[in-house]
Amino acid sequence: MTELTKHEPQTVYIQPSKGLAALNLRDLFIYRELIFFMVWRDIKVKYKQTLLGMAWAVVQPVMTMLVFTFLFDRVAKLPTEGIPYPVFSFTALLPWGLFVTALNQGSRSLVAHQNMVTKIYFPRLILPTASVFAGMVDFAIAFVILVGLMFYYQVTPAWHLMWTLPLFLLLAIVTALGIALWLSAINVQYRDVNQALPFLTQFWLFATPVAYSASVISEQWQLLYSLNPMAGVVNGFRWALLGVGNGPDLSLWVSVGISILIFISGLFYFKSMEKTFADTI
Amino acid sequence: MTTAISVKNIGKQYKIGAAETKFRYNMLRDVIVDTVSAPLRLAKAMIGKSDRRMNQNYVWALKDISFDLEEGKVLGIVGRNGAGKSTLLKILSRVTEPTTGSVTVRGRVGSLLEVGTGFHPELTGRENIYMNGAILGMKRTEIDSKFDEIVDFSEVNQFIDTPVKRYSSGMYLRLAFAVAAHLEPEILVVDEVLAVGDAEFQKKCLGKMGDVAQQGRTVLFVSHNMSAILRLTQEAIVLNKGQLIMRGPTQEAVDYYLSSGQSQAGERTWDADEVPAAAMPFTPISLKVKERSGKVVDTVRSTEPVTVEFEYRLDASVTGLRVGLYISTVRGEYVFTSFDTDSPALYEKFDTRSAGHYISRAEIPADIFNEGRYTVGVNASSFGVRRYFMDENALAFNVDISGAPGTQWGEPRVGPVRPRLNWKIEKIGE
Repeated sequence: MTELTKHEPQTVYIQPSKGLAALNLRDLFIYRELIFFMVWRDIKVKYKQTLLGMAWAVVQPVMTMLVFTFLFDRVAKLPTEGIPYPVFSFTALLPWGLFVTALNQGSRSLVAHQNMVTKIYFPRLILPTASVFAGMVDFAIAFVILVGLMFYYQVTPAWHLMWTLPLFLLLAIVTALGIALWLSAINVQYRDVNQALPFLTQFWLFATPVAYSASVISEQWQLLYSLNPMAGVVNGFRWALLGVGNGPDLSLWVSVGISILIFISGLFYFKSMEKTFADTI
Repeated sequence: MTTAISVKNIGKQYKIGAAETKFRYNMLRDVIVDTVSAPLRLAKAMIGKSDRRMNQNYVWALKDISFDLEEGKVLGIVGRNGAGKSTLLKILSRVTEPTTGSVTVRGRVGSLLEVGTGFHPELTGRENIYMNGAILGMKRTEIDSKFDEIVDFSEVNQFIDTPVKRYSSGMYLRLAFAVAAHLEPEILVVDEVLAVGDAEFQKKCLGKMGDVAQQGRTVLFVSHNMSAILRLTQEAIVLNKGQLIMRGPTQEAVDYYLSSGQSQAGERTWDADEVPAAAMPFTPISLKVKERSGKVVDTVRSTEPVTVEFEYRLDASVTGLRVGLYISTVRGEYVFTSFDTDSPALYEKFDTRSAGHYISRAEIPADIFNEGRYTVGVNASSFGVRRYFMDENALAFNVDISGAPGTQWGEPRVGPVRPRLNWKIEKIGE
């Protein structure tokens, strides 16, 4: 490969990019190893010089689950469709945690790697993409905890539905990546994004059935509610793992549609802003 | 011969001034109106309909640049600060897109700018080599095959599995440079202006560049150091205010640059658009070379003292500011460096320089310079804190040696200084 490139160097055309050609998927393919390296680096570095190390991936969702259990189960006594509340909420905290990490890291990815952006060429899409995938390790660890919880509370998993789980995971990733593309590109010019993020994620958490069941939302509002793609993801996770809820219905397809819309529009917005990243960052 | 780089009508437009107008509030009312309308402005900017009033100021950093470069050639690029040299290199290495025009590049472009980009302090030397290699566009197999060579070159063998945050800065730089040097791009761009590190390291960079050129690869070299340009390149282009004004054999291009760059003899003034925004709160106004009578001159006599005056404005008070001169020959050898707070008394007195309009004036005593042409560079910085402004080639002056020591023989003397030494001749025996 090296020999080949040495004898026949690749020719690159540099010009103001327009339209679909600006997507430049060929370069993304050429630099695919860089995505892998960035993900690997993020994972490696994340818990360096911390006392608890990887245990943080366990502590964070478990503590949230305990707080939720106290507030919404012991105090507010929300309905959980027959599932013990800790399992019920933890199932939702899995994709939610992945989403929040991806959103936070992804939105800050371009600004955090300023020196790379201003000094060398590589497809900028790699930065938010790698940040989103780096959250997968935390997700995997939390998943093991969920399995333990289900054993402890003797909850029977919905074996026959479980094959759909990767699809809901994909939906969560596409949603997070779509939002991260929008926010990371805006963040290059307007650091307001940094300020808005904590508020945005908090607001979003309450608009998503993580702490409560989607069934508490009255029928007439269900469709409006499903405009939040994370509602589709969380309901889907509960359905695929625990067998509760409606399964794929109109609301889910609305969520999927919105998610794809965010992703595609995010991709185009990112690409249209990409050419000036190095100048405005 | 094949063409390695073909540049056609490249132009690059930058937006400037938006930040300035944004923070210029006169009344509380303005602040409130601005704050209230901020979300609206954000929304407008996001859908691409940006506020006209704010974005009116555009500047062309490069305009209509065209040139071809054949494979294996070394091309020098010279020009003042802000002439567009770095922008050109950024476009060629695809960091930023041109506004107009197109470039065809045959092969991978590497630059010594990227040294250490993407290094993470928490990762070990080994891990950083792979990471940095991937960022520079190397395949993993390629890094595997060059790994031992890179480690040997960097001389950090024992510490290769230590996090680089424990490295000394020298080790860090050596490792970073080793990776960049082994990228073996078909085209290498070197911006000496932005090169980091000590003199030793810069020498290493230049050495590497020479090697690359000898291997028949294409090199673009930007420098303010005319002797380096003359030594390393056969051909050069001259940029002035974003335009290519000359291309030719290096000697001719350098002569042209040195003679055309100095618009007024013995005096150099800075227009607002020549001062980078990063210089704030320091604004250079003028630099003058004066003879004893106070007249601004282009040629000074070696046997008389010379006064160099640097006029500037400070828009805010600055602590530890020192304003200095770099005198060098036009070949790029330094003769001396001097700062206005070199003397302990002035150093104490101007510990903090308040906002205002200043002149820093230095008298260079007689009997210093040898015959020839010298460049005056200026620098304003707070030591170890920040460099506000620098122009290494602000103006040039000639030195006439009539009456200087040794002129009775009429032969040229080597060396940039021509001191009047206190010779004594003693006869100590028969």
